[in-house]
Amino acid sequence: MGSPKNPAIKRYIARVATLMALYLVVLFTAKWTFENAQVEGPLAYALAIAPALPLIGVFWAVMRYLTEESDEYLRMLVVRQCLFATGFCLTIVTIWQWLQNFDLAQPGNGGFGAAFFWFIGLGFGALYNKLTLGDWGNLW
Amino acid sequence: MKNRLKVLRAERDWSQADLADRLGVSRQSVNAIEKGRYDPSLPLAFAIADVFEMTIEEIFEKDA
Repeated sequence: MGSPKNPAIKRYIARVATLMALYLVVLFTAKWTFENAQVEGPLAYALAIAPALPLIGVFWAVMRYLTEESDEYLRMLVVRQCLFATGFCLTIVTIWQWLQNFDLAQPGNGGFGAAFFWFIGLGFGALYNKLTLGDWGNLW
Repeated sequence: MKNRLKVLRAERDWSQADLADRLGVSRQSVNAIEKGRYDPSLPLAFAIADVFEMTIEEIFEKDA
């Protein structure tokens, strides 16, 4: 991670830590409620979507970091990470979709959605930065 | 793009961190620019020129 003196990184870490804590609470609440209570109608939809909201919040935190980071080189590293992550995610999801289209992969995604692969892609993007520019980038 | 940052720093006895502080950027940025892995934007190039009290052309040189 970047220097803790960097205020943009400090804010990013605080936001992501808060959102991840919220994600765990919402996820376990939603799972427990679906397993132990009869939830139907609009409430069921709201409860099912609820765990997605903190994850969407993490996407927001990443984009917010990009607008708040005043160091152009560090910003470029994260832009490269995000582009790598997007390409990685789209590649995996597209291949998976076509395997499913021809019944070579089981329907459903086993709980691993696009967000999971995008975050994995951020890690590979950091590795790509390290190998090509010598620096990891701040988000990994 | 080639540059003379390392020499100019050495002449002033500045570390990469010293130069980074004067520019308001990270040490990683200074290191990447110095090694030619990253070309700075025009505003940052002007800031570097100001710090060394030189022109951009005296510090940076385009690749042959």
